[in-house]
Amino acid sequence: MEKKEYTLALLVSNKPDVLARVSGVLGGRGYNIETLCVDATLDPAYSKIILTTIQDKATIGKIEKQLMRLIDVHKVTDLTQVESVSREMILVRMKLSDTNKGHLALIIDTFNGRVITMNGDHCVMKITGDREIIEKAVASLKPLGIDDMARTGIVSLERKIN
Amino acid sequence: MALVTSGPGASNTVTGIANAYLDSIPIIVLTGQVPTHLIGTDAFQEVDIVGITRPCTKHNFLIKRVEEVAKTIHEAFHIARSGRPGPVLIDLPKDIMAAVTEYEPEPPRKIEEESPRPASKKAFYVMDLVAESKKPLILSGGGVILGGASEELRQLAWRTKMPVSSTLMGLGAFPGSDPLWLGMPGMHGTYYANMAISHCDLLIAIGMRFDDRVTGKIDHFAPNAKIVHVDVDASSINKNVMVDVPIVSDCKSALQSFNALLEQQNFSVTDDQRREWTEQISTWKRENPLSYCQSDTEIKPQFVIETLYKLTKGKAIITTEVGQNQMWAAQFYGYDEPNTFLSSGGLGTMGYGFPAALGVKIAFPDKLVVDIAGDGSIQMNIQEMATAIQDNIPVKIVLLNNGYLGMVRQWQQLFYGKRYSSTDMTYQPDFLKLAEAYGWKGLRATKPEEVEAVLQKGLAAPGPVLMDFRVSREECVYPMVRPGGPIHEMALGREMAN
Ligand SMILES: Cc1ncc(C[n+]2csc(CCOP(=O)(O)OP(=O)(O)O)c2C)c(N)n1
Repeated sequence: MEKKEYTLALLVSNKPDVLARVSGVLGGRGYNIETLCVDATLDPAYSKIILTTIQDKATIGKIEKQLMRLIDVHKVTDLTQVESVSREMILVRMKLSDTNKGHLALIIDTFNGRVITMNGDHCVMKITGDREIIEKAVASLKPLGIDDMARTGIVSLERKIN
Repeated sequence: MALVTSGPGASNTVTGIANAYLDSIPIIVLTGQVPTHLIGTDAFQEVDIVGITRPCTKHNFLIKRVEEVAKTIHEAFHIARSGRPGPVLIDLPKDIMAAVTEYEPEPPRKIEEESPRPASKKAFYVMDLVAESKKPLILSGGGVILGGASEELRQLAWRTKMPVSSTLMGLGAFPGSDPLWLGMPGMHGTYYANMAISHCDLLIAIGMRFDDRVTGKIDHFAPNAKIVHVDVDASSINKNVMVDVPIVSDCKSALQSFNALLEQQNFSVTDDQRREWTEQISTWKRENPLSYCQSDTEIKPQFVIETLYKLTKGKAIITTEVGQNQMWAAQFYGYDEPNTFLSSGGLGTMGYGFPAALGVKIAFPDKLVVDIAGDGSIQMNIQEMATAIQDNIPVKIVLLNNGYLGMVRQWQQLFYGKRYSSTDMTYQPDFLKLAEAYGWKGLRATKPEEVEAVLQKGLAAPGPVLMDFRVSREECVYPMVRPGGPIHEMALGREMAN
């Protein structure tokens, strides 16, 4: 069966060990978590975990059911199956030189990025976008000398109220 | 419930917990832990038991404030018993155990896990399928026993005249002496149960989870059947076998709604309507019954169990160890009531049967409780012989002593050219002397004609008795489906009689 990246949203109790239980369901079966985002919901007793994993359709269904067996997991939504919006943010620290500055400004402009701090020979900038945009941005920045970077992984939300 | 000390005490519970997890048995394990201020410091006898048991408990807790104790214990019992039951572990740091607090009774937190019921539309559909079916079959599992739904299962089978097969964990839900009974399916199942699965046009699977030991090669499992699957655990449905009618429900509710519909529809089926299917099954039963080659010189292990069945009239509660002894106990003793056969199914844990027997005897002091054991398995928890004396628990051990780790030897014989490796158990204790040393009565039979007398004597004796039956060493369990093979292809043993 064809594999693709699925995005799951999990409503879980905001407690120690919950993330370990969730990642154990995937890890224990040899499945990789590609991206992971967690924070409390409006109600601080609960957290929302957004994770992505590359699976075939049958397997993602089984993973959802196994996740639902966990006492601290209250809801699992496959955001790939519903209309949803997804974003990712990246922070990049670039080395600055006379030769790359111009090009960098162009890239920042193209990807709607922003410089957060600039300090003589380096800067930290952010770019937000969907996965494809972020991949493209990284590819464009790479030749200009990325010093280090951090990606949030995907956050995703259903488009409609349900 | 189990109560153990920290560190090694806690880590020693892992096999038992995993065992309960795989067989969906509700247990609560309280483990000691180092004081809260020492947690995470590699303190003396510290293990992260919550971490270790995370994948083999239904849920576990580390308590960090004494005020959480009451609530957590309420919750643990609720979780262990609700939905698909399972083990729950509570890790209790030493300072918490010694702390004092006011007990304020509070209702346990509600966990959204009430027993789901089948939608009535689905129940109607299933009953339509039953009405149309010419070759229906019920396959029940441990869920029916755990859910206390054996009576409902019987009603369904009797009213619809559907034959019944039960997995290892499901034995006893349907009477082993009933004409509709087909025995256990799968790797060491009966020929006729496996043939019935392979030829049925409707399979109603209830409270079972299509374990690979039951299904054999999935593509050939019940190839002609519409499959209805009732299970309380949604993750068990469409996990191994793709089914036509998935029903997430506890077994009792589902069976009750099926039976209510039958009643409402005044459902009846004549013997004539079932004739073709019944005759087919009778033919399979006649052609290849469960059997073994009796001997005048050697004790056949199956003969010991048959004799035990005869003498106890099937009224004993049987626990088993794991291996050949377990399969023969499943095949050759008939179970008419639920909870009269206790065995380690999912994990297959050698050493399960004897402590289980002790627990059963404490719970049912008036019942005869017999552990059917192998000489390998019994040595896994042999120290509990002292417990039986200390706490006066008169259980019986029927030891099928073949001087081998028999089931592994069988595989080495059949699939690895008889290259026996690490399965010879010739060097074993003299079990008679061992029994005596622990203050038990020990009896031994070495010839077939001694079997009945030894059993009679052992069962009649008031205290705990170990009966050492020196059985035919290289007997194999048949029928046998080769691992990964389709269940309609069985080695029946006759061809291997040499
Ligand atoms: C704790 C444990 N270790 C190993 C095994 C693998 N195993 C399955 S059956 C078996 C042999 C059991 O031998 P015995 O208790 O003598 O019973 P028999 O098969 O001879 O009846 C072994 C080693 C197991 N199931 N459990």
